[in-house]
Formats: sequence, structure tokens, C-alpha cells
Amino acid sequence: MRVFLLYPDSDFDPQASLPWQAEALEQDLGLPTVYDAMANGDKYLRDVARSVLLHPLDDPALIRYRQAVMQDVLQHPEVVQALYRLPLEAQRRKREQWLGIFSRSPSGILSSAVDLLSMLVELLRALKTLADQHAADFASEGFRRFFAAVQRELDAAYFAEVEAHLAALKLRKGVLLSAELGPGNEATHYTLRKPEASRKPILKQVFGRTPSCGFTIPPRDTHGSQALGAIRDRGLNEVANAVAQAAEHIDRFLKQLQAELAFYLGAANLAARLAAWNMPWAFPTPLPPDTGALEIRGLYDLGLALMQQQRGVPNDLQANGKGLVIITGANRGGKTTFLRAVGLAYVLMQAGLFVPAKAMRASVASGVFTHFKREEDTTMESGKFDEELARLSAIVEHLRPHSLLLCNESFSATNEREGAAIARQVMDMLLAHGVRVFFVTHFYAFAQAYRARAEEDVLFLRAERLPDGRRTFKLRPALPLSTSFAVDVYRRVFGSGA
Amino acid sequence: MSVPSLLAPPGFPLPTEEAAEPAYFGDLNLDQLIAAVTAGRRAYRLQPVFYTPLHDPVAVQWRQRVARDMEHPAVLAAVGAFSEAMGQVHRYLRMLADLDYHFHKAGWFLEAVRRYIQAAQALAEALQAAPLRSEGLRAFRDYLGSYLASAPFRQLAAETESVSRALAAVRYCVHIMGDSVRVRPCENEPDHAAEVERTFARFRRGEVKDYRVPVYVRSGMNHIEGQILDCVVRLFPQPFAQLDAYWQRHTDFVDAGLEAFAQEAQFFIAYLETIAPLRDAGLPFCYPEIVTDREIAAEEMYDLVLALKLVASDQPVVRNDFALHGEERIFVVTGPNQGGKTTFARAFGQIHYLAALGLPVPARRARLFLPDRIFTHFERQEDVRHARSKLEDDLLRLKAILDAATADSLLVMNEIFASTAFEDALFLGREVLQRIVATGAVAVFVTFLSELAALGPQVVSLVGQVDPQNPAVRTYRIVRQPANGLAYALALAEKHGLTPQQLERRLPR
Repeated sequence: MRVFLLYPDSDFDPQASLPWQAEALEQDLGLPTVYDAMANGDKYLRDVARSVLLHPLDDPALIRYRQAVMQDVLQHPEVVQALYRLPLEAQRRKREQWLGIFSRSPSGILSSAVDLLSMLVELLRALKTLADQHAADFASEGFRRFFAAVQRELDAAYFAEVEAHLAALKLRKGVLLSAELGPGNEATHYTLRKPEASRKPILKQVFGRTPSCGFTIPPRDTHGSQALGAIRDRGLNEVANAVAQAAEHIDRFLKQLQAELAFYLGAANLAARLAAWNMPWAFPTPLPPDTGALEIRGLYDLGLALMQQQRGVPNDLQANGKGLVIITGANRGGKTTFLRAVGLAYVLMQAGLFVPAKAMRASVASGVFTHFKREEDTTMESGKFDEELARLSAIVEHLRPHSLLLCNESFSATNEREGAAIARQVMDMLLAHGVRVFFVTHFYAFAQAYRARAEEDVLFLRAERLPDGRRTFKLRPALPLSTSFAVDVYRRVFGSGA
Repeated sequence: MSVPSLLAPPGFPLPTEEAAEPAYFGDLNLDQLIAAVTAGRRAYRLQPVFYTPLHDPVAVQWRQRVARDMEHPAVLAAVGAFSEAMGQVHRYLRMLADLDYHFHKAGWFLEAVRRYIQAAQALAEALQAAPLRSEGLRAFRDYLGSYLASAPFRQLAAETESVSRALAAVRYCVHIMGDSVRVRPCENEPDHAAEVERTFARFRRGEVKDYRVPVYVRSGMNHIEGQILDCVVRLFPQPFAQLDAYWQRHTDFVDAGLEAFAQEAQFFIAYLETIAPLRDAGLPFCYPEIVTDREIAAEEMYDLVLALKLVASDQPVVRNDFALHGEERIFVVTGPNQGGKTTFARAFGQIHYLAALGLPVPARRARLFLPDRIFTHFERQEDVRHARSKLEDDLLRLKAILDAATADSLLVMNEIFASTAFEDALFLGREVLQRIVATGAVAVFVTFLSELAALGPQVVSLVGQVDPQNPAVRTYRIVRQPANGLAYALALAEKHGLTPQQLERRLPR
């Protein structure tokens, strides 16, 4: 019996190690702000949101699977909340009733495992009741399969079988162990046997005819009692393990349910917040990687919007079939914000969520990577360029056709002549290998070199600056301008006389 | 039938117990190597073999062939397993004296014999299947074959099988209720744990904790276990009577030839197991060609002891080449501090020593000679005596070396005058180097005095390299020529695998 609400055929692992470069991606795209909005103060929701967002899907069918579940969650929030309360209830009772397996002896483990299992079975009954009442209201494949499995696997006959086990495992009639002779004629394979049910008293039934041999330990022989206890424990070892593992499996099943629902509940929090602030969102249309599709309407930077509680300037992007998008233009003109918005939109789309835009249609990316200028890269000190290239080289190790690479002022830790030369070499090869690159750069000569391909696979965007010097934070398709805008930022900061 | 040795061809002397650690072991870090190789193998007394280098190419080549056979994974595994099993047999037999219950002892005796038979048979089977080429292992294989075919061994095997089968068939049930115990034959009652597992199988997925409490199996039997065993003997008397008779017939069952083999084989196994992690990390080893002239050379040589440390912490191991031609005898190694010069010198000494043990050496390919003696002179860092008496002492040591060295010797001289004033050092260095040239010995001479590198046709200059892209980085490469100079940025790109050619290779299509 599996949950399968995040993946149609496998479990979500909230403990899965974060993918390579996860921290850089978070920092560059501003993901923590998104996690916080999804968490709404709940650390567990935040951890789950983080783990799911950092493990993107790259199959449009899987993305649609999650989109459908997400829609169910938005439509039946109270049922989903009730489901989510079951694992919380298991945790609460474990804590309050001291249920858990703390013993170091098999007999102790067995008795506490039986208690724990009894409690969990009760919650399974509650789950079955919820499924019976609400299964019909849900439309997504994920929820339909989940409820069907609960109804099929947890029927009345099954609960009866489970109760019978729980009663027998109290061992009121002593223990019957089988054993064999191991190395050195020492007893081995002590195994608890289940005596066949019968109306005859157990001793007559078992020892009536067969030869037997026995002894009783005298009351003062405490060593003997201990030794016998040890044998009994060896015999109970396997069955105690079986019961404890059964309890753990059920506990894990409930935790799995908790983790997978937590992601959708977090997303519901985010949706509620966007609705409250009147910010648009839309489920994107994910397309196969080789379509090269990419169109977004009304895209805004979610991270910035969440922080400022307003949407910011929306941008449209028409980049179908474009492998390289070169972004130039005014400093502080919204280039980095745009780059971040594109990255975030991909991350959200490939987590199966809605995106901060009016509409989005895009081929899925085989991984989103960022190569952003770091503070320490700007000093042109010897060794910084080395580090910058080392970072890029590490990224190259993970790039595949249809990966998305967002470069922000890459190669700027050296002089422009050298930086542009390397940039050219690298971009040519990335393009040739089907990597899609967004490149924010101030290398005029470098950008200029791709002019001839503007009608083909290269798109030029430019951050707009009005004649009076003001920025609109709009990015428009336009070739690079040779003048740097840094001068007027400088003037504004230091006053026009500077 | 006499027992063949794996260490030397018939007629050659075997290492004696008295062999002591050579004086240069510490300087070459060979003491650390042998400590690592023999760790946990004290019982095999391997040190004397490792302290005895061979001087005859015939003996070296003979032992190389044994080592090559041992390297065959099937042979290595089989011989290793055999050695381990023999150790276990002896542990079981020693343990019998400490046991209290008669049938408990008898049971462990049986276990020792079973282990022995199984080990001998498995070894024979593996050696039969292996393509053995060495005279040493083929002779042992023949010996083992005739031992296993002998009547006494076959009798032992047959009886062991029969008594084991009788005991294994005994299966009994114990019912425990409070303090009373009853033993009786079982009646097919189902396994309770399995039933529980079946019921909850639908929730099973992934690994969960193992709640089984580890059963501490002592080689002992308390009085409750003893009483249960007595009950079992009473309920099933026949197999125990059989066991008793068997024990009395076979008290002395271990063959002396197999015993000796288990010990000698450890020489090879211990070394091969020690270097296995290096091979797994992709480092080369080879069997050197043994030459009698001085046209010696190696490709991708490295310091074995350093490599063991580096590989353990996942660091790369730098390898270097060397070659002597014609009248060349001496490598003068100069270059930056911490640039791998001393490591090169050590590796050069190690590789020759290991070659003389008939073992694979840390290099891709090698052509080496067998030195009559090896001498080393390393600066003693901890020496705090007066500079003058220290120098005097150093020179006395050097004189002793130069007096004893012959044209067949190997010298490793490491920074011998590093703490002397420059002018003095240059003078002394010239003098000593010329004297080394005069002996005709092969030498490595590590020095900060680049003037010494061009002393004559016998001298080969090697230079420790720095990274042309980043002068702060040592490459630990020691080469005859300085490196080329690429433009900074392009060289950096190349360093990071970002040239078009490199990217073409690295990026998947």
C-alpha cells in the first residue's frame, strides 16, 4: 500500500540528499522566500517544500500528474487537512502514551511493539473511514489510486486477522521454541512456533504421546532463571522484530502520507497568499524537451514579489527555439530580476506547481543551473578567475542536452578581452550541445559576435532605459548598445557632479 | 613427499628467522610499508622475508612468477581463504581445553575438521582451475593433489560427512512456561514470526530498523543449555555415539605441508592486499624487468607509502618517469620546496628494494637492477648539536657510505648540506657528488644547489615543476625539462576543461 501522490510509481524521500549545487541555486534564484511562503510558519512544511522544489521533474506527464493532484487539494482542502491530521495524531499518541520501542530485550520489544501496533491499527481504521466517505469527490489519478488502495487493502477481514495476531502475541500460554544443533552442538535457530489451535489442553495435546524430557529450575537458582530467560529471548527475537518492523512500516506509511501531503498543503498556502495580494498565477503547459518551446506572458519575480508584497513589473518572453538568450542593457535595469524570474518559473513548473505569470508554455529543462557572479569574483585578484572557471567547470560536469543554464555576468573576474574570449568558446560549445543559456552580460564585443544569429537561435533582450535615464524594468527584444550605463548609476549614487 | 617452498627455487637459501631490518628502512619509509603489510599477521612471522632482498636475477624472476600466479584473482581469493581457514582451525582446537561439556567439545572438534577439509578441498579446486605458470605453485598443487587423494584423508572426509549429517538432522522443540522446561521432538508447528510478516507485508517497503537484539554467541555453555543438550542426547542417542567414536579416531588431522604453505603464501597475500586499494584507485603496478647493466628506467613511478595515505583520503598521486642511458648514473633533483623531490628520491629507493623482493612495484613499467647494497643519507631534522660537530658527523657517515659503495650499489642522498652555509654547501656538494661519480654507483641526489645539476655526463638533471597556470601550486612532477608557457586565461580554461576540444568531449549530445 503506497501513497504515490508526488510520483505515480515511487515514494518521495524527504531525506534525499540535495542535488549538486542546490545551495547556489537557492541563493541565486531566491528560493528561501518561496519556501517561507509555503511554510507559513511550519518548519516541516518548509523542509518538504525545499526538498521537492530542489528535485525537479523532467517528464511533462509527471508534471501534469502533480498539477491534477494540486487541483484536487485546492478544491477539497478540508478532506486533505483531515488526512494530514492522521500522521500528526500518530505522533501525538506516541508522545503522550509513551508508545515506542525502547527496550533492549526481545520480550520487552515484543510487548511494546504490540502496543504501538494496536494504536497504529486504530488510525488505519480512521483512514479507511475517510476513504469510504470522500473517495468519489476526487478527480486526480493520484488521489483516486490512493483511496482505491486504502479501500481494497484495509477491508473488514483484514482488520480481523490483525486483531487475532495482536491477541496471540501476548503469549499467555508460554513459548514453544524449535531449535537445531549448530557448531559445537550449541543450540541454534531458536524459533517461536505457533501451537496449532485445539480444544485439548495444550500440554496434553503436545506432550500426550511423544517422548519428552524436562526439568524445573529451583527457586534459588537465579543464574538458571536468567539463562532460561536468555533462551526465551533468543526465541522471541525474530517475532519481536517482525512485529516491531510491522509497526514501523505502518508508521512510515503514515509519515509518507504526511510528507507528500505537506508539499501540496504548502503550495496551497502559497496560492492563498498570492490570491490575497491579487497576484496572478497559472498552471503552465509543460512540453517535451525537444520542442524547444518557451513562451511566458506576464512573468514576475515571485521572490521579490513576496518580499515587497507587490507584483513588480511583469515581462513577456517569446523564446521558442532560442538556445541562447543574451541580456544586455542598463545597469540596475531588471536583468538579474528577470533572470531569477525565469529560473523560478522553471523550478515551480517542474515541481508540478503553478507559476507566477499569466501563462507559460515551455519545454521541460534537464536541470536548472546558475552561474552567477559572486561578490568575491569581482576583485580581479589572481585566483578569482580561477575559482569562477572552476565553478563553471563543475557545472559542465552536470549539463545535458536541454539543460537550462542561467549566467549572470559570468567571466567577469578577469579583463573583458580575456573574459569575452573564454565566454565565446564556452557558449559556442554549450549551444552546439543543446544547452539553453540565458546570459546577462556587459561584454559588448561578445554579444555583438552573435548578431548574425539573431534570426536563428539567439535572442537578444535589452533592459530598457528611457531617454531621461529612468529604468522601466522592462526587457525588450533589442540588440546590445555599446555604451555602458554604469556612469549614470554612479552619478545617481554620488550626485551628478561626480 | 617433501614440501615445496613458495619463496625460493629448490637449492636457493630461504630467509632466516634472524634477518633484521635494514638500516635504510626508516629513510625510505619502508618500515611503515612493512608495518602496514604485516599488520594483523603477526602469527605468520613475515618480517624476515621482507628484510631479505634477493641478489640473483634467477631467484627474483622465479619469485615474480609465483607472485604473478598469486595475483590471479581466483588464486588470491582461494589462498587467502585457505590461510584464514587454517587460522580458524587452530583457534577451535585451542578452545577445546576451555570447554566443560563433553558433547560441546566433541562438537567443536568436528567443526575444526570440517573447516580444514573444506579449506583444503576448496584450495585444490581453485588451484586446479587456475592457469598456474610458476614452478612454485605448480609444485604445491601437485603436493596438495596427492595429499587429498591419499587414503587417510579420504577416510577422514567420509566420516566427517556422515557424522555431520546425523547431527544436522536433529531438530527439537523446547516449551518454556515459567521456570519449567520440556524438550521433545517437533511436530511441524508454523513459524510465528513468518505469519506476522505475512499479515503486514502490504505495508512493507524499504529498509527499516532491524530490531533483533544481537545474540552474543559465546563459546561456552551454561548449565541450562547443558541440561537441554543432555535431554537432546537422551532423546536422540545415536548421532552422539557416532560423534564420540569419530573424535577418538582423528585427533591429529592437520598436515604439516599445508601448514607451511599457509604461512609462506601470506608473504604474497599480505603485500597484494595492501596494494589492492591503490590498484582500485587506478594506480599502476608492474613486474620490473631485471637488468644487469645500468640502462634502468621506469614510467609512472610513485612513492608507495605516500600513495597509501593519499588514496585513503581520496587525493591524487603524482607519478614520475626516469631513465638512465649510456654512462649516466646520477639524478640530481632540484626545484621548489615541497615540490616532491624527496618523495621522488624515496620512491626511487623503494622501487629497487621491492623489485629485489620479487614483488610488483609501483610503476607502469620498469627496468631495474639488483643493487648489492642500498645506502641512504637523509638530513636529520631533529639534530640540535653544534653545527660543526653535526657537519663532522654527517661527513663521517658519508665517508662510510662512499667507502662501502661499489659500482653495483644504490645511493639515495636527500638534502645533505641543507643547513650549511651556501658556499660551503656548494663546495661539499661538488666534492661528494664527484666521489659518488667515482664509485660508479647509481644515485639520486636531492639538492637545492642547481649548480650541481650540470656536473658531467654521468649526471642527469631533474627539476620539480610548478603549475605554469598557478605558480603557487606544486605539481609534484619531476621532469628533465621545464614546462611550456601558455597564455594565462587560455591555460586556465584548459586547466578547468573549458577549451572547445575539452567541452566537446565533456558535454553529452
